[in-house]
Amino acid sequence: MRTRRQFLKDVGGGALVLGAGSLFPAQARGGDPASMGPAGLPAGTLEESVLEALPGKRPLIKRTYRPVNYETPLEYFDTLVTPNDAFFVRYHLTNVPQVSAAEWKLEISGDGLEKPLTLDLATLQKDFEQVETTAVCLCSGNRRGLSEPHVPGVQWGHGAMGNARWKGVRLRDVLARVGVKKEAVEVVANGADAGVLPSLPDFVKCLPVWKATDENTLVVWQMNGEPLPHLNGAPVRLVVPGWTATYWMKHLTTLQVATQPFKGFWMAPAYRIPKGKFPVVDRFLSQETDVNMPITEMVTNSLITSPREGQRVAPGQRLEVKGIAWDGGYGIRTVEVSTDEGRSWRAADLGEDLGRFSFRGFSHAFTPEQKGAQVVLAKATNRIGGSQAFELVFNPAGYHNNVVSKVTLQVG
Amino acid sequence: MRILVLLGLLVAPAALAAPPEIKLKDGPARDLVKASCSTCHSLDYIQMNSVFLDRKAWDASVTKMVKAFGAPVKPEDVPRIVDYLVQNYGKADAPPAATGK
Repeated sequence: MRTRRQFLKDVGGGALVLGAGSLFPAQARGGDPASMGPAGLPAGTLEESVLEALPGKRPLIKRTYRPVNYETPLEYFDTLVTPNDAFFVRYHLTNVPQVSAAEWKLEISGDGLEKPLTLDLATLQKDFEQVETTAVCLCSGNRRGLSEPHVPGVQWGHGAMGNARWKGVRLRDVLARVGVKKEAVEVVANGADAGVLPSLPDFVKCLPVWKATDENTLVVWQMNGEPLPHLNGAPVRLVVPGWTATYWMKHLTTLQVATQPFKGFWMAPAYRIPKGKFPVVDRFLSQETDVNMPITEMVTNSLITSPREGQRVAPGQRLEVKGIAWDGGYGIRTVEVSTDEGRSWRAADLGEDLGRFSFRGFSHAFTPEQKGAQVVLAKATNRIGGSQAFELVFNPAGYHNNVVSKVTLQVG
Repeated sequence: MRILVLLGLLVAPAALAAPPEIKLKDGPARDLVKASCSTCHSLDYIQMNSVFLDRKAWDASVTKMVKAFGAPVKPEDVPRIVDYLVQNYGKADAPPAATGK
């Protein structure tokens, strides 16, 4: 069987790419450095970033042009559900082909299933129960740019994440149709994106069978009531609620049910966390080594969205501290706010509950009295007691930065 | 292309065309760096990852590009590329006494 990369090579991948319409229409680019992300990002990152609109998107923070990596600005987290046209864009490989929904096919094969199957979108929509779930899609590297010391990679601030309503079918229902054998250990997913050189490792990811057959893991074609945007995985992608976005394969084209652990660059050495450093529950045993393991679920985390870092406020003026919190799918139990640098904490009010995989809003009113710098902290705790770190847990890829949320206001 | 259409995969293979040109700092190996790196990624990756990588870290990055990603770089060009990146986008090496290893 020929791979997609070979196809691209055969037809002259470079020509194919360069001959297509530009994703970068001529237009004003800009934005003041303060809106390019938190001050803790590397200086070079803040200098090279610009606000720019990709096709079908509002202006987002450009981190890199090729592959496309664009971050959602902070203001879009004022709402619980992130608009499709403001949703972050993250690719490892440059070529992102338009795959027509009418002609899309999902090929399911592998030595771990009873009988291979090819599905089109109409069959997927007709033959399986449709479900919709609200879930956070968060890049494993979100906040990498805030690692201390800095580590190489895409230097994301806070916005390589979003929350959306995803509609599709359960992956487990699809897998039931092909008959997963007892010996199967992993389900390997590939998408239509491809690199410009055959030597570039294709972006292929796998899930343990137990996670692939979890009732919440979906094959989706709709996001917030609309077809998936091209740059968020059209026509069909995986949604793996609770786990970081690296598993949410975009432009899904093949699934392989395998009886042996998959070996591929994007599973190892990429996307690894050191063992024993993070309070994660979900294990992906077939991919673990003695020293590290694949990243799995998101850690408990929060983001203060209002007031903003550095905002000037009047003494004696009542303020509403607002933000969002999320975790690896257990649900947020509490968010606490501190206005005395962590000596005491008050429970914030939690907002609407859109389910345990969703952002949860919080708010807390307080009135700063003293002139000068006023630190506001927020700390979320989930339903199994997982909370945020007070100090960064350094790791070489800059994952899982869930240091308590902090803004410093200027009173007076 | 015929094969692709028959497969029904790439109906309109729109992809990421040339982004605005990114100007790298002047230096002896600038054109070499441009030619070596920009096949697979835009050059803003370099500025984005500055200034915090020291010689060892830039060397590791370039080695990863060559070994893991197959960047089209001749082995003899690697030191020149690393030198350019360290000089223009790198952090000074820590003094030996402070490195600890």
